[in-house]
Amino acid sequence: MLHISIKPEVIFTFYGLPVTNSMIASIVLTVLFLLFGIYFSGAVGRSKSKLVFFVRFAIGKLYDLFKPVTKEKSRELFPLLASFFFFILLSNWLGLLPGVGSIVIRREVPVSEETIDEPESAATRIVSTPIIRGATADLNTTIALGLFAFVAIQLLGFKYLGWQYLKKFISVASPIAFFTGILELISEFSKIVSFAFRLFGNIFAGEVLIAVIAFLIPVLASFPFLMLEVFVGFIQALVFSMLTAVFISSATAEHHA
Amino acid sequence: MDVESAKQLATALAIGLGAIGPGIGIGLIGGKAIEALGRNPEAESSIRATMILAIAFAEAIAIYALVISLILKFT
Repeated sequence: MLHISIKPEVIFTFYGLPVTNSMIASIVLTVLFLLFGIYFSGAVGRSKSKLVFFVRFAIGKLYDLFKPVTKEKSRELFPLLASFFFFILLSNWLGLLPGVGSIVIRREVPVSEETIDEPESAATRIVSTPIIRGATADLNTTIALGLFAFVAIQLLGFKYLGWQYLKKFISVASPIAFFTGILELISEFSKIVSFAFRLFGNIFAGEVLIAVIAFLIPVLASFPFLMLEVFVGFIQALVFSMLTAVFISSATAEHHA
Repeated sequence: MDVESAKQLATALAIGLGAIGPGIGIGLIGGKAIEALGRNPEAESSIRATMILAIAFAEAIAIYALVISLILKFT
């Protein structure tokens, strides 16, 4: 039967810290990303390899994309936004690689949760757990990313507007301003939830979709859906970073009210 | 109706009803974007960027319904 789990599964524990399969994926990705970043920063002026040129091209295009939104703050905000973009993009695509989700480890676990009536029985069942799971197909990762974006928005708002920034939320100028301030405050916190669920829902739904199609028709049928998911992964990475850019630029803008 | 069949129904209804609104919304957004493109073809890149953002907002609502039904289905 299909193996679909909405929460990541624990592979092993590291000094009491449970290490889940999506954590392994995100750590692998972060290390590779870091190594490539070090290589790239050394090679960018000198190397003539196609990879370096391609990455420069991609970063340039991304910069042009963010420029109309972030305007004169582009140089300051671009590292944050591009990190969001590339981390999300690569974790989305990592989840689509062959072998991710299909390489499993099998373990025998006692059937203790279901049959509490007979705790002494040595009944075990075999549970197979995928070793790697796409990092963004895990709600923990996406909530972390959402919190990060939220904190960045608030900090940059304070940095550019100082205490003026709070005026958007707490205002006693008029009853209406007071009420809209409360609404602004709620909508500020709902950004975390909406960031997290949008990314998680899209990516996890994509994995479920591919798994279900591959289960119904084993040969070739999931290929168009795989291409769709490559596209969706790109769009979601773009949407996440673009929304962060829009929110930051609206939080740092001087508003005349 | 027992709990299991109620759960199955709830799964289907959650995503089925939840997809109606975003479907209409995305259709409207796409149609209006094409209308804007017809009036002002030079603004293609900014129209496209805004359209994708707006579609992401509308689609997020369908995704909430999807998450609900996934939770119902797999827990």
